[in-house]
Amino acid sequence: MNPVETIWVYLAASPLLHLTITLAAYAVAEAAYERSGRVSLLNPVLLTILVLGGLLLLTGTSYETYFEGAQFVHFLLGPATVALAIPLYRQFNRVKQAAFPLLAAILSGAITAAVSAIGVTALLGAGRDIVATAAPKSVTTPIAMAVAERIGGLPSLTAVLVILTGIIGAALGPALLDLIRIRSDTARGVALGTAAGGIGTARALEDNDIQGAFSGLAMGLNALATAILVPIIWLLIG
Amino acid sequence: MLHALTAILICQLVGETIAAAGGLPVPGPVLGMVLLFVVLLVRGRIGDNLERVGGTLLSYLSLLFVPAGVGVITHLGALRSSLLPLATAIVVPTLLTIIVSALLVKWLDRTDSGSPEEGPAGGNIQP
Repeated sequence: MNPVETIWVYLAASPLLHLTITLAAYAVAEAAYERSGRVSLLNPVLLTILVLGGLLLLTGTSYETYFEGAQFVHFLLGPATVALAIPLYRQFNRVKQAAFPLLAAILSGAITAAVSAIGVTALLGAGRDIVATAAPKSVTTPIAMAVAERIGGLPSLTAVLVILTGIIGAALGPALLDLIRIRSDTARGVALGTAAGGIGTARALEDNDIQGAFSGLAMGLNALATAILVPIIWLLIG
Repeated sequence: MLHALTAILICQLVGETIAAAGGLPVPGPVLGMVLLFVVLLVRGRIGDNLERVGGTLLSYLSLLFVPAGVGVITHLGALRSSLLPLATAIVVPTLLTIIVSALLVKWLDRTDSGSPEEGPAGGNIQP
């Protein structure tokens, strides 16, 4: 083995390499996104996943090996979710005032997401397991996976759909909201959090604290609504 | 800094414990968020340290989804074999949900005065 290969073999097995490329790829993707004037298709999460996924496939690195390094980043998702209480607290007065519209919108959003996901996949001829996999995809990963499992879907594929749904919602949502002339931060935040979960909330926080607070709240309540409603909807549809 | 981070982790830990012990259909971190929110209500203020730590975590929220997202490479086969239904499921219900929830808030929320930012035509901001 030549020296370069020896070093590669050593580094490729260490968590340091994959942690570093995760941060570096994201830093580059974010810079590109900012430079472009925030063109939605250059969504930094999307870009980073494409680059890293391509890199892993090219080098024949397994996802398990990659995740040994990336888990340190992944771990912070939990604490970051807890921290969503901060914008929520700051905007609590607005939230209280809008409590009823908020609940109605989140509940209707949860039902729309599940029924339309079931509808389009079934119409396009997907098998029952794929339909069940897609049904809970607009909520936060752990809930979506648990619901998918309960109704006979493939939980790990659901996790992927959750992320892709979040990216689409974050990338196309703001433009769609402009198109239907929704300018209120309350409505924009609720829509992004309900439809696109955590990645939608990250996008909402980019705009301002109010959107972030409502989006985080919508994400949490949608998780609760979906956990209860999707198994019931699934039974009703049979 | 240390105190604020520890407080956040304690909230998550308690949340995870409650979720696991009670068999609740809500993830631990979401319960942790509720817990931290209650703590803030009782305390009546956020505090500089928590503000800084929380702000830092949230400013990198997008990055934190990358490791899970890269997991897409383990499902390329399933994605390819159901490409049309899955691609449609990712796009159509998401956009539909955005439209439904945004319009409901707009129609039902009379207290909302719209955002201060102006639209391309100067905005149509009503009290």
